[in-house]
Amino acid sequence: MEKFTTLTSLAMPLDRANVDTDQIIPKQFLKRVERTGYGDFLFFDWRQTPEGKPVAAFVLNDPRYKGAQILVAGKNFACGSSREHAAWALSDFGFRVVIAPTFADIFFSNAGKNGIVLARLSEAQVATLLNNAQTIPGYKLTVSLEEQTVIDSRGFKASFEVDPFRKYCLLEGLDDIGLTLRHAAELDAFEAKHDEAGWLRAK
Amino acid sequence: MSSEPKTLFEKVWEQHVVVEPKGEPTVLYIDLQLLHEVTSPQAFEGLRLAGRKVRRPDRSVATVDHNIPTTLEGRLHIVDQIAAKQMTALRKNCADFGIELFDVNSPDQGVVHVVGPELGFTKPGMTIVCGDSHTSTHGAFGALAFGIGTSEVEHVLATQTLPQSTPKTFRISVEGELQHGVTAKDIILAIIGKIGTDGATGCVIEYAGSAIRSLSMEGRMTVCNMSIEAGARAGMIAPDATTFAYLKGRRHSPKGAEWEQAVAEWSKLTTDPGAKFDRELVIDGSTLEPYVSWGTSPGMVAPITAKVPDPAAAATEIERNGFKRALEYMGLKAGTPLEEVSIDRVFIGSCTNGRIEDMRAAARVARGYKVSTHVNAMVVPGSHAVKEQAEAEGLDRIFREAGFEWREPGCSMCLAMNPDVLAPGERCASTSNRNFEGRQGRDSRTHLVSPEMAAAAAIAGHFVDIRTWKVNELATPEVKA
Ligand code: SF4
Repeated sequence: MEKFTTLTSLAMPLDRANVDTDQIIPKQFLKRVERTGYGDFLFFDWRQTPEGKPVAAFVLNDPRYKGAQILVAGKNFACGSSREHAAWALSDFGFRVVIAPTFADIFFSNAGKNGIVLARLSEAQVATLLNNAQTIPGYKLTVSLEEQTVIDSRGFKASFEVDPFRKYCLLEGLDDIGLTLRHAAELDAFEAKHDEAGWLRAK
Repeated sequence: MSSEPKTLFEKVWEQHVVVEPKGEPTVLYIDLQLLHEVTSPQAFEGLRLAGRKVRRPDRSVATVDHNIPTTLEGRLHIVDQIAAKQMTALRKNCADFGIELFDVNSPDQGVVHVVGPELGFTKPGMTIVCGDSHTSTHGAFGALAFGIGTSEVEHVLATQTLPQSTPKTFRISVEGELQHGVTAKDIILAIIGKIGTDGATGCVIEYAGSAIRSLSMEGRMTVCNMSIEAGARAGMIAPDATTFAYLKGRRHSPKGAEWEQAVAEWSKLTTDPGAKFDRELVIDGSTLEPYVSWGTSPGMVAPITAKVPDPAAAATEIERNGFKRALEYMGLKAGTPLEEVSIDRVFIGSCTNGRIEDMRAAARVARGYKVSTHVNAMVVPGSHAVKEQAEAEGLDRIFREAGFEWREPGCSMCLAMNPDVLAPGERCASTSNRNFEGRQGRDSRTHLVSPEMAAAAAIAGHFVDIRTWKVNELATPEVKA
């Protein structure tokens, strides 16, 4: 996993609430067996007409935001399906940070596993950022994971909460399985005892 | 053991804590992982790349469901090569790593959340995961069951554990007697409508109260299934006599003396009097009605007697825009009575409502009627076992005679990854769980309802209040309800 420390980038405004993972990456792209190459399909049905023409009004197609690595969205971002493909698509497209008032639980964990930083700000702060990104040309934000802050060059400053352990993993780019296996001895002992509980056996 | 009163969730959680490293998430032991073709290939690939093995192949089981065609011909010759590749990958992965698979031709194949309980894999007190958000279904047995992403699937394959931070607890009690025609589906749609699609984010819900207790296991699974639609991590219902009666004699249920011991253990899995929840909500079940979703999020629901709501009523600007966008997408005008909304398609099936009881309920409504001439309706049993049972009871005949298509088991039009897809603009009464934009095909319009409401809509050609439906009783009853 790629490490994350600080990022300064254009901010792309997606002023919709309850954006579900079916929109982030529609099902027809879940048939692939690879982990990469999903960026082209990000928000596919919002980006293209059924005939395959780009939808000019959709923010991902707006040249003003080309190269943005920070996405700002409404509450309950990435609700619905557990598909990690949503995180893969966002990351493959180039996003390293999503800022929203709230995120759905499963996505929260999927994003972390793919080095995407999720910054929860208040509804009012997000509204400000959405408005700035829509109205100020070349509007950039700086996200510092170390400091847990989102700032712009005009005096906006907000801080966000991160679980200390998640922060550490993101900063170091750590692999979760390796981390769990540090507890192999405890796991062996637990499992031997747990297996005796016949009523919890799978088969 | 401390004498502090505990919730059902806390009891199950505590039995699975491997280690609680300071400043880190708890390492939680996972009793059972369910696998399917769509969210597992990258996980197995990850294992291979890291040279890791599956720690406990006996604690995983796999089936094909998401991609699979639901016609016999379609299953013999899968034309979608990418989908076929995914199924081949699962076959190879299960063979290489020693995991039991219910393949296309297996009599045990079906939707993962239908098969797990049916075969007795799902048991009270277990921790269960699957790379699928509707894993919450299994909470109906008093298991802690939740959906995970593919990296987590890999994590569980490799370690049989997951690092987890402790969720909050939320008890929703539905008390009183449900009106005739109001089902488990209506309970959960009402709850989501009330608390919103992020109303239970970060929480494990325990469903309690007399209306929940009176539900069958099928009904309880329907309720727990859609917990995720309220944003919850999981939904749980304490096991009781109904649970044990369902489990007894299933293939992987304990037998003999082990059964007695298991029931004794499972019986302890109730919330102690006085145990504290982070949140509580009490709903008067007798006031619930049959519901229909009108928008593009499962929280956008209204009673069948209501009208399509006006966006002006929304609380915030972003919500108002969401409402407007939803109505535009759904091709609906504010103020239209829901009963006047006419439909093109009907889908009865999915892990929400594809079980035998759902088939019986829909057949009871359909019996002796004909599907409206402008409607195409299909019934897709959740598993082979459901299909066989339904056929043994003659339900398939009732459906076919009424003009419904009777299909092979799979996820089908719940997410339309297989050939069962709505055409753009088509409006569907669906017993599934999600009405997101494009869920059942690009520009498809989904309305979530109970199986009874879906069957009635198929016949009437528009939504109807099931409470006013006239059931055709048979002189010699062929269907045991
Ligand atoms: S039936 Fe629908 S919700 Fe259930 S597992 Fe299949 S796709 Fe997912």
